[in-house]
Amino acid sequence: MSGRLVALVACLWALIPAPGNAETIAITGATVHTMGPAGTLSRATVLVEDGRIKAVGADVAIPAGARRIPADGKIVTPGIFDPVSVLGLEEISLEPSTVDHVQRGDRYTAAFDVAPAINPRSTLIDVNRIEGVTRAMAAPTSAQADESGLRSSVISGLGAVFSLGGGDDYLTRARAALFVQLGSAGGSVAYGSRAEALLRLRSALGDARDYSENLAAFTRGERRAYSVSAEDLQALQPVLAGRIPLVANVERASDIGAALRLADEFGIRLVIAGGSEAWRVADALASAEVPVILNPLVNLPADFDRLEATLENAARLHAAGVTIAFSAGAGHNPRNIPQAAGNAVAHGLPWHVGLRAITRAPAEIFGLADEVGSIRPGLRADLVVWDGDPLEVTSFPDQVLIDGEPIPMVSRQTLLRDRYRRPEGDRDKALPPAYVRPWASE
Amino acid sequence: MFPTAGIGVGRAVAISAMIAALAACGDEESVRREAYASTYEALPSDPVLIRGATILTGTGERLEEADILMRHGRIAAVGPALDAPRGARIVDGSGRWVTPGIIDVHSHLGVYPSPGLQAHSDGNEMTAPVTAEVWAEHAVWPQDPGFVTALAGGVTALQILPGSANLIGGRTVTLKNVPARTVQAMKFPGAPQGLKMACGENPKSVYGSRNQAPSTRMGNVAGYRKAWIEAAEYMQKHEAGTADGETPTKDPAMETLAGVLRGEILVHNHCYRADEMAVMLDVADEFGYRVTAFHHAVEAYKIADLLAERDVCAAVWADWWGFKLEAFDTVRENAPLIDAAGACAIVHSDSEEGIQRLNQEAAKAMAAANRAGMAVEPALAITWLTRNAARALGIDGATGTLEAGKMADVVVWSGDPFSVYTLADEVYIDGALVYDRADPSRQPVTDFTVGTTESTGGLR
Repeated sequence: MSGRLVALVACLWALIPAPGNAETIAITGATVHTMGPAGTLSRATVLVEDGRIKAVGADVAIPAGARRIPADGKIVTPGIFDPVSVLGLEEISLEPSTVDHVQRGDRYTAAFDVAPAINPRSTLIDVNRIEGVTRAMAAPTSAQADESGLRSSVISGLGAVFSLGGGDDYLTRARAALFVQLGSAGGSVAYGSRAEALLRLRSALGDARDYSENLAAFTRGERRAYSVSAEDLQALQPVLAGRIPLVANVERASDIGAALRLADEFGIRLVIAGGSEAWRVADALASAEVPVILNPLVNLPADFDRLEATLENAARLHAAGVTIAFSAGAGHNPRNIPQAAGNAVAHGLPWHVGLRAITRAPAEIFGLADEVGSIRPGLRADLVVWDGDPLEVTSFPDQVLIDGEPIPMVSRQTLLRDRYRRPEGDRDKALPPAYVRPWASE
Repeated sequence: MFPTAGIGVGRAVAISAMIAALAACGDEESVRREAYASTYEALPSDPVLIRGATILTGTGERLEEADILMRHGRIAAVGPALDAPRGARIVDGSGRWVTPGIIDVHSHLGVYPSPGLQAHSDGNEMTAPVTAEVWAEHAVWPQDPGFVTALAGGVTALQILPGSANLIGGRTVTLKNVPARTVQAMKFPGAPQGLKMACGENPKSVYGSRNQAPSTRMGNVAGYRKAWIEAAEYMQKHEAGTADGETPTKDPAMETLAGVLRGEILVHNHCYRADEMAVMLDVADEFGYRVTAFHHAVEAYKIADLLAERDVCAAVWADWWGFKLEAFDTVRENAPLIDAAGACAIVHSDSEEGIQRLNQEAAKAMAAANRAGMAVEPALAITWLTRNAARALGIDGATGTLEAGKMADVVVWSGDPFSVYTLADEVYIDGALVYDRADPSRQPVTDFTVGTTESTGGLR
């Protein structure tokens, strides 16, 4: 990174307000989609105090001294929650020194915990939060088997939910879910066959159960050898206890079925991620109350695991009673998750379910519905004031609040734009763009 | 009846006779067909009159409550209250929008088709950094299901390029997006071929990782210059050779590069960084060729004035960024900023997913620009997907706008094409209804998706 760039980024970060001095804020006059018991409210006020929602409704008393954000004619929604994210764990995808979500080899499996690696001031954060993304599940992945013979574990590790607010207190919940790779992805990570991918997972879970039931004997060295390390066995305990979900990246219907049976066998809370053919087993997913995180744009037979991919996946799953959440495909643009939701709506999903799939549903899936994902008293004030329909490609947030803090609505990208979009009269100025400092005029 | 290995003697004799007969035919110049020619023929069509639609003509105009008449595969007229010729099918355009067919200047459909398995990896001849001799059209699989999904997104023409592993990756081909058994039957009649060149990280990392040249951007430029020097010499030798009555040996790579130097093949240059685009313009100056379009051009907004001055198109994404370092400086307003500087702005996909929604990609760029205080109307934004794209492919005389006499490549949208909820209702290519959202009998099914179409509801 050049010194100039460092300076630019440093200046940008300086714009991020320090946490802990949360003011009382009233957003007034908007149509508020609470995604909570209050439903949708017209000309409502959302009152924010100490970073949390104090009240929402048409007749909310606004305390004297509260900062008002007039939002007449605007739409307010909960912040967008990216359910399977590289945010915080990646800068440049093809530069391994900047990528921290990949677990390589199998020295650690379930114990691979990405939380300490998260950078809440990553260069991806401002770009995405000014378009409404407020929380993300930073998710581990497994390295593909490579020519050197390296094989990684199908158990990728533990993901963490964090805030895009940029403050020091960014971790919402560490070790919030365990991620595994099944289907052909699992096969290619490690062992060739999806059968062995599943077997490896089953062995680890069996070992973890045995370990917890025979801790004393294990300590005395009187148990059989386990397939994973003691750290991994410990990391698997919350999964076996049903305290955190196991998120299985899997596409093919039959593989989803196998995952369902495994989860049933161990009493695990399963979440399907990917799920291109999930609609095929929608009834089984609904009766097992297993949610699906999907990219609703996947409609091509990209491989033989996705022969029955369809743009109606989301609508069909919803119709069968499956909880759905949307991902835009792990990458730099979770800001496009609302676009994905809009497309699902264009292909038969009710609009409110589309909005729910990017706000409340991911919060529920990760057991955080009492923290984020809807607008009701007591929850963290992750709020987006939109200039139009939030699922529409031509809409943008006017203001985003994270933990009750209005964020600066600038990003490195908007600053670059402004640096090069010099007024006509400015063109002939002798100085090159390096001297143009748009952040100074903000 | 016949032995299991080999063929029967009687049959072999018959085949020999056929070969002899064919050879005899070949002697007659009049029967000999042009190799690699387009065999495209428009599908049958009746006259179609779309009435009362909002029409974006692709020339920068927007017409309200207007009609468009297609006849004999051409646009016959665009305007208010047109008369319906006898036998014309009338399409109710009220509440709908009509645009020229979407043109994607950057696609790898067919050469990296779905399913994306190893066996289908046909887009990068990664055996040498200069492979000017390969042609994308020789690898296009017409059964790629992605052609159909692109059609459902309103794409009527597209350029298929070799990938960007090489400095000079080979010849591109421009196709009409019609279902066909052969690539020849998709080839856009009269469209020039292109040459794919690539800057930056891809070639240097592919070959650098093999400890081969190029391993740096310096090596990249040295590689282009070496190839063009050779091509210039080749051309000179061949011209001189003809004068002596000799015919020097033909070289397929040099034939391609000479085609560029003669102005017959258009250069499409994958290039992200502003400074590298400027260097590539110098390379073009040194050897006397033109860069028709920079593709991906993430930093085009930084040199939009230079692109305008040099009359080079820049094809960009709406928001892809950060997957590699040279894509770090994306701005959402790239296309509008290029356009505002007077250069030729194009929104492209490079993606089997993105190509299905190029209208939404343009919408995002348009909306971001408007939010930033630029005034970009749909009538302008549509040109990034139609007229300007046609220009970069050298087919703007034939398609890309809704003007009388042009090919009737037309999309009828369910509403404003710059809305996420809008879908292409009808797609016409040369006046033929090739896709109809309301009529499964007008929704093509590729061979690969036979067997799954019923359950998925088809690729749409």
